Amino acid sequence: MSHRQDGILERRQLLPLVPSTERSACGPVAIIECVENIPCDPCVEACPKGAIRIEGDMNGTPSVDFDTCDGCGLCVSACPGLAIFVVDMSLDAGAATVSLPYEYTPLPSVGDTVVTLSREGKVLGEGTVKRVLQALALDRTPIVTLSVPADHAMDVRHFLAKDVTA
Amino acid sequence: MRITEHPILKFEKGPLVEFEHDGRKLKGHEGESIAAALHAAGVRVLRHSIKLDRPRGFFCAIGRCSSCLMTVDGVPNVMTCVTALSAGMRIETQTGKGIIPDVHFPTPPTDPDYPRDLGNVPLAIVGAGPAGLSAAIAAGQLGVRSVVIDENPVPGGQLIKQTHMFFGSKEHHARVRGIDIGAILVKEIEDLPVDCLTGTTVLGLYPGRMLALLRNGRLHRLTADSVILATGASENMLAFPNSDLPGVYGAGAVQTLMNVDGVAPGKRVLMIGAGNIGLIVSYQLLQAGVEVAAVVEGLPEFGGYHVHAAKIRRAGVPIMTSHTVLRALGTDRVEGAVISKIDGDWRPIEGTEVELDVDTICLAVGLTPNCELASQFGCDEAYVAELGGRVAIHDASLETTVPGVHIAGDASGIEEASTAMLEGRLAGLSAAAKFLHDREMGELTRLRSEAEEGLRALRAGPFGKHARAGKRKMLALASARGGDS
Ligand SMILES: Cc1cc2nc3c(=O)[nH]c(=O)nc-3n(C[C@H](O)[C@H](O)[C@H](O)COP(=O)(O)OP(=O)(O)OC[C@H]3O[C@@H](n4cnc5c(N)ncnc54)[C@H](O)[C@@H]3O)c2cc1C
Ligand code: SF4
Ligand code: SF4
Repeated sequence: MSHRQDGILERRQLLPLVPSTERSACGPVAIIECVENIPCDPCVEACPKGAIRIEGDMNGTPSVDFDTCDGCGLCVSACPGLAIFVVDMSLDAGAATVSLPYEYTPLPSVGDTVVTLSREGKVLGEGTVKRVLQALALDRTPIVTLSVPADHAMDVRHFLAKDVTA
Repeated sequence: MRITEHPILKFEKGPLVEFEHDGRKLKGHEGESIAAALHAAGVRVLRHSIKLDRPRGFFCAIGRCSSCLMTVDGVPNVMTCVTALSAGMRIETQTGKGIIPDVHFPTPPTDPDYPRDLGNVPLAIVGAGPAGLSAAIAAGQLGVRSVVIDENPVPGGQLIKQTHMFFGSKEHHARVRGIDIGAILVKEIEDLPVDCLTGTTVLGLYPGRMLALLRNGRLHRLTADSVILATGASENMLAFPNSDLPGVYGAGAVQTLMNVDGVAPGKRVLMIGAGNIGLIVSYQLLQAGVEVAAVVEGLPEFGGYHVHAAKIRRAGVPIMTSHTVLRALGTDRVEGAVISKIDGDWRPIEGTEVELDVDTICLAVGLTPNCELASQFGCDEAYVAELGGRVAIHDASLETTVPGVHIAGDASGIEEASTAMLEGRLAGLSAAAKFLHDREMGELTRLRSEAEEGLRALRAGPFGKHARAGKRKMLALASARGGDS
C-alpha cells in the first residue's frame, strides 16, 4: 500500500529521512517526514543554522544537513504539516527522547507516563514526559519531549495521556 | 456539547439568555446563531420538509442551503444558522412552508449612516474573504477607494474558522493560522481608503454597475465604476439514502459550528472525502475532543497532502480509500452509517459493508464556485471541471466578459486561500488601473507581474495540476471571446 492510500510512509521512504547511526549517537537531530512536492517552505526560514534546504522553488521537498543541525527544535512548531520531530539517541544505554508537536488539550505535565503511538496510531508502549515547551513564539504548537526506549525512537510519533482508570 | 477546552481557540460568548423552543425553556448565548444554540441544547431537528415531512437539520451553516428554516417569533422561514439568538425568542420547529402571520411587520428603523442611496464608489468588492480583502488592500495602496461588502457579521470569509497553520511561503503568511491571517488582512485595510460593510448581502447587480444591497432588513443601492466579485464557493452535497437526516453536515458547517460557535457537532463522526478539507476538518474535530471513526474516500488514493493525513493517522483515525458511504441510519437523526468498499467503477463490492456507530456524517466532497451574481449580470460563463463548476469567463487580468467586472478567489475556480489572496491582489490592481495616471503605470505593471509570478509558483507543483489546467482553459475561452468582439 502506498502512503497515498493509507497515509503511512513506507520504510524505503523513511530511510533517507533518518541520519546515520554515528550521527544519531552524537546528539539530537531533526527528522522531517515531508516527502511530497507541496507549495511550502517555512521550515527553511525557521532554522537558524541554515540546516534545512529545499531544492528549486518552494514545491521541492525539504532535506536536513544532519551535520549542521544541532537538534534545537525551532523548526518543529514552524511546520504547518506538523511533520518535524527531533530525536535524541545519544543518551545512556537503551534510552532516547522524541520531541513532537502536540496541539491538543490537556497538555501533559513533566513526569507523566503516557501511551506512545506509532505513525499508524498503534500502541508501542510507554513513555515519560521530559519537557513541555509552550513559548509565545511557538504560537499554540507546544513541543512535548518524551523519553522512550531507544528502539522505539524512530517509530513514536504521537501519544495518548494515560487513562488512570484503565 | 459545548467545547470547553480547546488548544487553539478561546470562545468569547455573549451572556447566557433564556429562549423558548416548541414551548420548552432553553438557554443559549446571546449573539450566537439560533441553530448553534439549539445544537448545544441537543436539538438537531429544525424543520420538517414540505412534501415528505422528513426531519431536517442544518447543512451549510453559512446561510445558503435553506435546510435550517424555522419559525421565529411567529415569522416562518427564518434562516437559523445565520440569525443571532436574543433573549426571549420564541423558536418553533417548522412544518411545511410555514404560515405568514396576518400582522404588520415593523419597519426597521432608518439608519442615518446608511441612507437608501449610498452613492458611487470607484471600486465595489463583493465578499470579504482573503480574495476580497486582498483586492481592497492592493487598490487602496494605490490610492483607489473601495467598499468591501460581506453578508457575514465579521470580515474574513472562510478564514474565520481555520485554526490550522497555512502552507506557502513567508509572503503568503505561511505558518500563520488561517484565523490570524484574516485578522492581519482586516488590520491592513484599517489604514487604507477602504470601507467594510459587513452584515450586508449583495442581492443583485444591475445595469450601470448598480448593486442592490440588503442590510438590517432594508434595501440600499450603490453604484461603482468597477466591481470585483470575490464571493467564494458553496459546499457540494452527496446523495445517498438518508443523506437528508439531521446530522449529515457539510465540512464547512462543522467548522463553523465547532470553531466559531464552540459547539461540538457530535460525539463520533464519519468523514466523507479525503481531500485537504476532509483531512484538516478531521484533525480539527480531534482537537475539539470529537472522535473520528474513519475518513472514507472513493478514489484509490486520497487527494490531500500526506502531511495532513499523517496527523490523523498517528492519532488512530483510519483512512479508507476505495470506500464510500452506502447509507445513513436513523429516523430522526443520524444514528449510524454503512460504508463499503467500491470497485473501479464506484460499484459497491458485496460483502464488504461495515456498519459504523456514528452520530454525525461530515461531507467534504468538494466546493462549487459561487457565480450567481456574475450570471445575473450577464457575464459569459463556462463549465470547467478543473475549476469546480461553472465560472465566469475571465482573462489574465481576471476581468470577466462584462467590462469593469472582475472575479477573484474561489469564485473564479476552487483553490486555496494563498492563491485567493494573490488573485485578489491581481484583480484589485487590474480594477485600479483606470484610476491611475500614466506615470503610475510602470509601478502597476511591476506589482501585477509580482502577483502573477507568485500565482505561478504556488500552482507549480503536482497539487496545482487542476488549477493550471483550468486556468489554461479559461484563458483560451477568454481569448476566443475577445476575438469575437
Ligand atoms: C476546511 C478548509 C481548510 C482550508 N485550508 C486551507 C489551507 O490550509 N490553506 C489555504 O491556502 N487554503 C485553505 N482553504 C481554502 C480557503 O479557505 C479558500 O480557498 C479561501 O477562503 C477562498 O477565499 P475567497 O476570498 O475566494 O472566498 P471566501 O473566503 O469563501 O469568502 C467569500 C465571502 O463572500 C461572501 N459573499 C458571497 N456572496 C455574497 C453576497 N452576495 N453578498 C455579500 N457577501 C457575499 C461570503 O459570505 C464570504 O464571506 C481551506 C478551506 C476549507 C473549507
Ligand atoms: S532542529 Fe534546529 S538546527 Fe535542526 S533543522 Fe530544526 S531548526 Fe535547524
Ligand atoms: S514546513 Fe513542514 S510541511 Fe512545509 S515543507 Fe517544511 S517540512 Fe514540509
